[in-house]
Amino acid sequence: MRYEFLSVGSGDAGKMQELTEINSAVRVRRVRAADISHVIALDTRVTKIAKAEYWNDIFRRYGKQRNSERFFLVAEGRAEGAGPGFLGFIIGEVRAWEFGSSPCGWVFALSVEPKARLHGIGSALLEAISAEFRKAGVGKMRTMVARDGRLPLLFFRSEGMIAGPYIQLEKDLD
Amino acid sequence: MRLQVSTRLAIFAVLELAAREGSQLSVAEIGEKYGVSSHHLAKVMHVLGRAGLVRSVRGAGGGYQFAGNARRMTLLDVAQLFEDLNSVEQGAADATREEQTLSDVLGEIDDIARATLGSITIATMRKLVDRRAAAGSRNAEAGSSRRKGAPLRPVR
Repeated sequence: MRYEFLSVGSGDAGKMQELTEINSAVRVRRVRAADISHVIALDTRVTKIAKAEYWNDIFRRYGKQRNSERFFLVAEGRAEGAGPGFLGFIIGEVRAWEFGSSPCGWVFALSVEPKARLHGIGSALLEAISAEFRKAGVGKMRTMVARDGRLPLLFFRSEGMIAGPYIQLEKDLD
Repeated sequence: MRLQVSTRLAIFAVLELAAREGSQLSVAEIGEKYGVSSHHLAKVMHVLGRAGLVRSVRGAGGGYQFAGNARRMTLLDVAQLFEDLNSVEQGAADATREEQTLSDVLGEIDDIARATLGSITIATMRKLVDRRAAAGSRNAEAGSSRRKGAPLRPVR
């Protein structure tokens, strides 16, 4: 796949670059305010937990601020290909020195419309955010998946991700 | 983690067959590549066939075909046919606290092993094998260039 960057609009909006995938039925770009209702609806359908406040807050923090290190991207279909409209989203950011780690890209949310799965949309989103991470100067990407999260585990593994050098620990707080 | 010989053979056989979806390989052909007897491999293939991961093709030129979805079948699906991958049993009621606590720790290890095997599909394994082969070719080319007089990079 090939991506190109397009400047859109003018003023502040013009500074935000829009990521566009070409030669394919899927286009990946930065999130817009109008996308948030689709994000909320998709997440509610997939997780069965409605959390509009959370997603509005995420949009404020990841869709509008520090765009050189925070990436909230959405995939949309072209009419002749995967179908028009909103198909999924991915969110990540560059984090530095947490857990003693040098700067790396963290993906903390990824979701694709269930009906549009197995058509390369997750791969397009991951590839797009990888390109953004590389542009931000980091050479490593991380995520965290529930051990019993079969589909996301299969997906990230198929994308070449392997177990990292950290072990996640937790404790019940009595 | 160590896998039994049968488990390893089963994984290799499934990978070979998945790489040639639609066509078949004989037990002898697979056995030759991995240096194992057809007798041993036939038993492994029988287990895979009974589980529906491969199907046998009878007649001249017969053998086995891959019978699953390479993007959904995982190493765990294959391995658990030959290995007991269940968590260690909870310490018995009369076990000491030390025995029960050790069971908890070993259970963590088992859970991670199962999650790892369950996260790698046959298609992902094939991709990793191909990537390794490509890296091997690049290294061989680099070695060949070095033999032609290119300087070696310092080893860190």
